[in-house]
Amino acid sequence: MNRALLFIPLAVFFAMGVLFWIGIGKENKDVLPSPLIGKPFPEFAAQALESGTGVSADSLLGQPMLVNVWATWCPTCKAEHAFLNTLAEQGIRIIGINYKDDDFKAKQWLTAYGNPYEFNVSDPEGKLGLDLGVYGAPETFLVDGDGIIRAKHVGDLNPRVWEKLKPQFDAMQ
Amino acid sequence: MNLQAIAPEFGQLALILALVLAAFQSIVPLVGVRARREWLMAYARPLATGQAVFLLVSLAALTYSFLVDDFSVAYVAANSNTALPTPYKVSAVWGAHEGSLLLWVAMLGCWGLAVAWFSSSLPLTMVARVLSIMGMISVGFILFTLETSNPFERILPSAPAEGADLNPLLQDFGLIVHPPTLYMGYVGLSVAFAFALAALMGGRLDAAWARWSRPWTVAAWIFLTLGIALGSWWAYYELGWGGWWFWDPVENASLMPWLVATALIHSLAVTEKRGLFKSWTVLLAIFAFSLSLLGTFLVRSGVLTSVHAFASDPERGVFILALLGICVGGSLLLYALKAPTVASVGRYDWVSRESALLANNLVLMVAALAVLLGTLYPLVIDFLGMGKISVGAAWFNTMFVPLSVLLSLLIGMGAISRWKSDRIERIRKELMAVFIASLLLGFATPIIKASEMNWQVVMGMTVGIWVIAASLWDMWKKARGQLSRVPKLGLSYLGMIIAHIGVGISVIGVTMVANYSLEKSVRMAPGESAEFGGYRFEFVEAGHIEGPNYTSEATRFNVYDGDRLIDVMTPEKRRYTARGTVMTEAEIDVTLLRDVYVSMGEPLENGAWGMRLQVKPFMRWVWLGSLFMSLGGLLAMLDKRYRRKQTVAKTANQQPGAMKEQTV
Repeated sequence: MNRALLFIPLAVFFAMGVLFWIGIGKENKDVLPSPLIGKPFPEFAAQALESGTGVSADSLLGQPMLVNVWATWCPTCKAEHAFLNTLAEQGIRIIGINYKDDDFKAKQWLTAYGNPYEFNVSDPEGKLGLDLGVYGAPETFLVDGDGIIRAKHVGDLNPRVWEKLKPQFDAMQ
Repeated sequence: MNLQAIAPEFGQLALILALVLAAFQSIVPLVGVRARREWLMAYARPLATGQAVFLLVSLAALTYSFLVDDFSVAYVAANSNTALPTPYKVSAVWGAHEGSLLLWVAMLGCWGLAVAWFSSSLPLTMVARVLSIMGMISVGFILFTLETSNPFERILPSAPAEGADLNPLLQDFGLIVHPPTLYMGYVGLSVAFAFALAALMGGRLDAAWARWSRPWTVAAWIFLTLGIALGSWWAYYELGWGGWWFWDPVENASLMPWLVATALIHSLAVTEKRGLFKSWTVLLAIFAFSLSLLGTFLVRSGVLTSVHAFASDPERGVFILALLGICVGGSLLLYALKAPTVASVGRYDWVSRESALLANNLVLMVAALAVLLGTLYPLVIDFLGMGKISVGAAWFNTMFVPLSVLLSLLIGMGAISRWKSDRIERIRKELMAVFIASLLLGFATPIIKASEMNWQVVMGMTVGIWVIAASLWDMWKKARGQLSRVPKLGLSYLGMIIAHIGVGISVIGVTMVANYSLEKSVRMAPGESAEFGGYRFEFVEAGHIEGPNYTSEATRFNVYDGDRLIDVMTPEKRRYTARGTVMTEAEIDVTLLRDVYVSMGEPLENGAWGMRLQVKPFMRWVWLGSLFMSLGGLLAMLDKRYRRKQTVAKTANQQPGAMKEQTV
């Protein structure tokens, strides 16, 4: 047997390694891609949590905003809440979606921990969440003034995450 | 001093010490071999023991942090909760990436320990080389754990008061046992790998080497077999839709090393008995371990997105890729440089056991390649910028059905054939009756079961029965028709027969489930009944259950076969409070001949539920087969000849040329 033939497995492995290397690099750019990015915010008709008045996708139009999906049953939302309050103090517009939750509990929560939201969409059945492709709470969408979804973040917002999202948010102004 | 306060640091320290010992273990014995210093080589065993002890201490420390709810440890906070039942606190240790990696290295340490203890019959240079290679693998993976995925990292000073809870999918008995078993298999292949590399280094690929590595390879293979079966069983009852194999990348990642390890076991048999296929066997050993590393890599890097990928972190992927590169690339380079180029000495005819085993290896490798291609194809498509796709189950089934049929036919003939040279007429005479009987039973099955022809069933049943019948027939002939002689045939032989019967059982199970499963979605309200698959399902009541860390909507069903109540079933839909995740808990009534599977769908108006009813014939056979295979492996592993020191030493001293005469 020719010794050169014994190098074939090594060569094949090397080729596969290159492929994987590039694969990892590519995957970085679009972790959990949301098909909604670049699309208008899905239509909905629901009640605002605080006032009980009807709200729809049109209620979002105006200033760019963060749309934050949260619930009282979610401990991470609690962890994130203080940071949302700071963002609200900086004048950033935040709309909440109270996801698969109890209105009464949610109101108590907002009284207790402060309300960073311009208003909250009450979504007890998670219908809006389903349209948005929500995996779990918390999730945050960056939506521009025309109601187009620009980015999505799964997990809590904190100073480190915000550092990455802020340039994108500022670009929407 | 407060143990709880220091346990994580203690664990981390133990892990670092294990790393140091592993580093010594990888260098000192090899230096000893090079310098021909026995006292240096003799360090291999104590170093391996020490490394294993420290790894186990580290694992125990993490487990302890889970048990005492120390949420200042980030990993514990992310994967546990005070309300989590204690057994799940233990299994939460390997519920996510960091802990499962620690488990992985701890197991690697344990395999090293086992090699150190059960290697008294091996020459010291071999032990030194094997343990040194295992030490190198340890260094790589402990370093990976400490650098990129340290499970002992703290959230201080403000530790959370409550943890985020374990992923509800994993709160289950199947998940307590499935990952450790599978990992034992993955990691165990490192022993076969280390033996192969040690033999390459020493330039001595002989029958002795094959004999030493056989029981270790079989041991790892048993764990892999059980691990895969447990994973399939878990997916079947926990994911809630009654499927048992999804061709998911992570399942494929475990199937590939299994296929290659199966090929390796058979190829090792040829190398041991006949001194043939040496280079091929070494290559298989390298492939098997490389694929199990790839399994770890696929799961952990996020290169392929899958339902199993709980942790996707590209930085870790790069580290693992580097590890893979060094490990696989290095071993393949060693192979290219040191594998023997001289053709093996033994001769064999076209019709012989060697040929049959070669064919077996080819089929298994084609199967492994098919899985590999199907798993990597989406990656390639993505790489070419053609979008994200996944290869469907249909493709894998198209590949696997003919390969399994071919393999099953081979098993029957191969196991009965003789080494070196055999005659087609002899095998035909032996097995013709068996084949015709299998064919008749194969044809009878669809007619009896469904009164209509189904060629897939005929084919599946024929080869399934063929494997079992041919194996039993061969045993009967070898025992010369006397039951009392059966135990005297040798554990190795009986192990083979039982494992092959296991293959037949699984083939029958898969055939029946795939072709005769019934399922139906119905709207049912309390008090209503539904007739389905020969059973009557009576919806008795619906209710609410408060679990320790979940609340649950439950329904109660009485299932009747005619007038006889066969089971009271209570499927549930649980909502885990900490994460708000909803899980379907299916309820299954099990007999050897069929599973009745009831799971809850969506709630409908007026207290009605969308229910999913399934009747799956021979479902248990799929996993029963794997139990037989594992039992067969266990018997083969315990064969006396692996423990006989004298014989081993004698064979070891034989020159390769002398192998020609030694036929068994």
